[in-house]
Amino acid sequence: MSANKETLKGTVGIVLAVCLVCSIVVSGSAVGLRSLQQTNANLDKQTNILEAAGLLEQSNGDIGGTFDKFVEEKYVDLDSGAYVDKPAGSDVYDMYKAAKVNETSTKVEGSNVGFQRRPNVASVYLVRDEQGQVSRVIMPVHGSGLWDLMYGFLAVDNDGNTVRELIYYQQKETPGLGGEVLNPSWKSKWNGKKLYKGGELAIQVKKNASADDEYAVDALSGATLTSNGIQNTLTYWLGENGYGPYLSNKPWKS
Amino acid sequence: MATDTKEVKKVLFGPILDSNPIALHILGICSALAITTKLETALVMSLALTSVTAFSNLFISIIRNHIPSSVRIIIQMTIIASLVIVVDQILKAYSYEISKQLAVFVGLIITNCIVMGRAEAYAMKSPPLMSFLDGIGNGIGYSFVLIVIGTIKELFGFGTILGFEILPLIQNGGWYQANGLLILPFSSFFLIGGLIWVIRTIRPEQVEPKE
Repeated sequence: MSANKETLKGTVGIVLAVCLVCSIVVSGSAVGLRSLQQTNANLDKQTNILEAAGLLEQSNGDIGGTFDKFVEEKYVDLDSGAYVDKPAGSDVYDMYKAAKVNETSTKVEGSNVGFQRRPNVASVYLVRDEQGQVSRVIMPVHGSGLWDLMYGFLAVDNDGNTVRELIYYQQKETPGLGGEVLNPSWKSKWNGKKLYKGGELAIQVKKNASADDEYAVDALSGATLTSNGIQNTLTYWLGENGYGPYLSNKPWKS
Repeated sequence: MATDTKEVKKVLFGPILDSNPIALHILGICSALAITTKLETALVMSLALTSVTAFSNLFISIIRNHIPSSVRIIIQMTIIASLVIVVDQILKAYSYEISKQLAVFVGLIITNCIVMGRAEAYAMKSPPLMSFLDGIGNGIGYSFVLIVIGTIKELFGFGTILGFEILPLIQNGGWYQANGLLILPFSSFFLIGGLIWVIRTIRPEQVEPKE
């Protein structure tokens, strides 16, 4: 066989054989591992939500079980701030996919939050305590940082005003500078801050903010643009185009 | 087959100091710059590259007598690319956190010069077993550099090793001021340069003659 390998027939034959074998291997591994990968992606999301819920330590590694027990996913129409049924479509509603389709999204105007369209319906997560009362509301937020969009979860108390956690789960900020959004000591600065003052959005990310100031969080040192990005993200998502109507209606109370 | 122990040893351990792919051939620098900020990612990257190099060498060597020379590079690329996709899928399935950190760099193993370099220079001429060992050897050589650089960068850039705190940082109430330069990818240039200097001091025969 090696004698005629340089002929056209031999060349085409070996190329086809290699391609066939490679494509079988690649598609085999993609299909065979898909369910495991989806489980992982789902687990990762649930882990982050539980962290925002303050339940991660309590879960003792049983992420799925704790999530099912204490967390409930709800769908909010952002314009009216009221709950709606799960939008039709696939099993799992993905608000970031919905934001890419014109029919299910609205153009972002007058904001430098860093994306063009926001979904009409957002997923929120209600955290219940042992008695079944809503103790925290977790809202997905995203907006541009220095390098790329940053995706996170903002957890507030059931008064719709007191911040508990701001957890970024996907970001590409500079490690050591903007990447410090993940530093536990910076994350803990959000605990107890207030979002609104007399109905107006008041929360600020600013330099040298005192820890006693209820409406300000100390900006990240050396990461002004990341801090500005967080400010823009919160201004947009907590404003009237974002979760503003939802947080003032407080439909989880009824 | 010349699979006596001396030859095996040379193929397997030679690439660590004597013919290190990064330090002597200066191949595969891009990934060595980018993913060495933390030791953990460096370790996983080393493992991924070692397995890709070893298996691509193996498969290419098995069919080396049937590969027409006119399309040999394309065939090598096809095999390497398939292996890289498989590795990427496995990482996503079993080590999701790390695959998120490595992100695009796993895919870029395809363009890592070490893999192609070994396929073209060794696997096309050698029997399968030796090619496989050569792949592992070069993977070890690459891993050696990555682990050294990753350890230095993580220790002095974050004060940790594999996430365990070694030097307590000022931010967390300790005394160590983290070196921000070492966190940035290009600082690996200095470290790799220093490493090449050390290796060539130990092995003076690697120094190129003056032109």
